[in-house]
Amino acid sequence: MDHSIYRSHVLICTGTGCVSSGAKNIKVKLEDELARFSLNKEIKIIETGCHGFCEKGPIMIVYPEGVFYCQLEEEDVVTIVEEHLLKGRIVDGLLYKEPLTEESIPAYQDIDFYKKQERIVLENCGKVNPESIGEYIGLGGYEAAGKALTTMTPLEVIETVKQSGLRGRGGGGFLTGLKWQFTHTAKGDKKYVICNADEGDPGAFMDRSILEGDPHRVIEGMIIAAYAIGADEGYVYVRAEYPLAISRLEKAIEDAEELELLGQDLFGSGFNFKLNIKKGAGAFVCGEETALMASIEGKRGMPRPRPPYPSVKGLWGKPTNINNVETYANVPFVIKEGAAAFAAIGTADSKGTKVFALTGKINNTGLVEVPMGITLREIIFDIGGGLTDGKEFKAVQIGGPSGGCITEENLDLPIDYDSLKSIGAMMGSGGMVVMDEKTCMVDVARFFLNFTQNESCGKCTPCREGTKRMLEILNRICEGEAREGDLELLEALAHHIKDTALCGLGQTAPNPVLSTLEYFREEYEAHINEQKCPAGVCNALASSYQIDQAVCVGCGMCVKVCPVDAISGKPKESYDIDAELCISCGACADKCPVDAISQG
Amino acid sequence: MKSLEELKELREKLQKDIAMRDDSEKPKIIIGMGTCGIAAGARNILQAVLEEIDKRNLDIVVTQTGCIGMCEKEPLLDVQLPGKKRVTYGNLEVNDVKRIIVEYVINGKIVEDLAIAHFEE
Ligand SMILES: Cc1cc2nc3c(=O)[nH]c(=O)nc-3n(C[C@H](O)[C@H](O)[C@H](O)COP(=O)(O)O)c2cc1C
Repeated sequence: MDHSIYRSHVLICTGTGCVSSGAKNIKVKLEDELARFSLNKEIKIIETGCHGFCEKGPIMIVYPEGVFYCQLEEEDVVTIVEEHLLKGRIVDGLLYKEPLTEESIPAYQDIDFYKKQERIVLENCGKVNPESIGEYIGLGGYEAAGKALTTMTPLEVIETVKQSGLRGRGGGGFLTGLKWQFTHTAKGDKKYVICNADEGDPGAFMDRSILEGDPHRVIEGMIIAAYAIGADEGYVYVRAEYPLAISRLEKAIEDAEELELLGQDLFGSGFNFKLNIKKGAGAFVCGEETALMASIEGKRGMPRPRPPYPSVKGLWGKPTNINNVETYANVPFVIKEGAAAFAAIGTADSKGTKVFALTGKINNTGLVEVPMGITLREIIFDIGGGLTDGKEFKAVQIGGPSGGCITEENLDLPIDYDSLKSIGAMMGSGGMVVMDEKTCMVDVARFFLNFTQNESCGKCTPCREGTKRMLEILNRICEGEAREGDLELLEALAHHIKDTALCGLGQTAPNPVLSTLEYFREEYEAHINEQKCPAGVCNALASSYQIDQAVCVGCGMCVKVCPVDAISGKPKESYDIDAELCISCGACADKCPVDAISQG
Repeated sequence: MKSLEELKELREKLQKDIAMRDDSEKPKIIIGMGTCGIAAGARNILQAVLEEIDKRNLDIVVTQTGCIGMCEKEPLLDVQLPGKKRVTYGNLEVNDVKRIIVEYVINGKIVEDLAIAHFEE
């Protein structure tokens, strides 16, 4: 481990989000500029994982001041080096500006997006170099594992995790300590621990970001779990579409093996643990625990009925503990700080924090970690900065293809596992999609059902055939061809599938339909009875746009954005839309500077 | 890792490499690195400061600033201890750095013969 002294650390996020917005070029440019001023011995560049604020990438944080620069372009790097790094002057123009006040905020922890967050799992994400085991250890890493292995019995570890109230972050919310106890008690000469990093929900990227940003925390959590249940071998099941997460995890495992934090006789305790990576091919159903284990065994990834549960009969028939990435990532904190410290955060029955991937029509998309019991209003408006373009909030979809929608009336509900269930949604793994007035809820339901129908493995009839029939009905509704009784049939099918499907995929697949039916039934009815899509999304039903000639100033902006050349007219006079050609996409109305365009 | 103690020793060694990134209030040393400062030898002063900090395992923020208009007193170095006045030291030689760190930063006694100004932040 190299040890040199630097006066400044420049952190560049090279999570998948920032890399796609150009972080690698920023880093190369920074290296060149530092070399140009011979600053490379004084200033260290560190690549980190995701800071969460993906919307504003590429991101750079300059320490010791902790100044946060965002949305960088290559030429900005020159300015930062010449002004900040050379002369010590903060570059105001590149700081983050709060969307509401336009105020520029230099220090990262003062930005609203970060202020209301509480970081346990993401504590190091964006702050450490995920490829340096030295940085993780420097911040106290692996001490929880050391403490557990050398000063606690397996049963004491299990008791602590139980007391903390930690529940599984993979969706179901099962008590983690209890699950460990089952696997501990199960008879077997060989036991396994598995980390579920399949993360198949569309829009979710919590687990990927944790693995990319702080892989050692997950490894440490797995060591502790393995010790508690008496397993000497573990697997991380991660989809092959996550190459960066895989390579960082591989490096982390290698480094941990080198320091004998994985391997034989850890901390002189006599406990051995070997950790493997298994790459999955990226089928949603492989996130289901029994399908996942079949996949590790080299079989086709299909679920089987439970019981027997994995804790009794798991991988290769042996007792197996399977937890989600985020669940394991909470464990070092629980052991190090104690059950009470963890239980002090959250609500009566949901302790600690939850990481959410915030996406959709919201200003600050990204990754956020908040205490259980926070309200959706705080997440969407205080942290998320409200809706884009000042649009009206309509609903937020939580829990992905297994989840449901939440509307305005429940925005002030403190969210945890149980409160979400009570209103027909679920925590799920933590995807959160914010929707505005321009979103058609029937279309949203169709989107998710299309996903689950595609991902259905085909093993059980209710899921294989039932989701297909449901999708056909939704397609009919969106295309204006709904038949008498379709809504009733849709509902009946939904309930049947929920009750009879083999695994969680089918059992929860109807949720997006049921929840939109509950809160937005009138939208379905408008599609069916009035042949209208109120949000103007479903092409077949949306009425075409029209230009109010009295208001039009003839600027021609609408012509430029129309994807089907439906608009014609004379510059500086006025324009007209051909209703036959118009596909009702609304691009022209969004662009019009004088609001002359509306749906007829 | 043979024991928890071994891990803790390793941590002791490694934590200063990352201490800069914690956001609490720490003593600050600011070095004038304008053209005038650099010409007068500020880079060597900076290097000496970094070495002292490393040798003594101190948790101190080192930053730099441009020319503040006292070019004839360069190299200049300011020390800002939490809750105290900012003290400016000038006309520095590399050997002075050790005195400033030991006498002022660690023991809180202003090095009068090197100090050229104290001012309120
Ligand atoms: C269709 C389906 C997909 C799932 N996908 C995931 C997933 O991607 N990640 C995950 O951790 N759990 C997923 N689960 C839940 C797992 O079966 C299992 O409950 C979870 O990994 C247990 O970990 P936990 O107790 O830490 O939450 C999925 C379940 C179903 C039914």
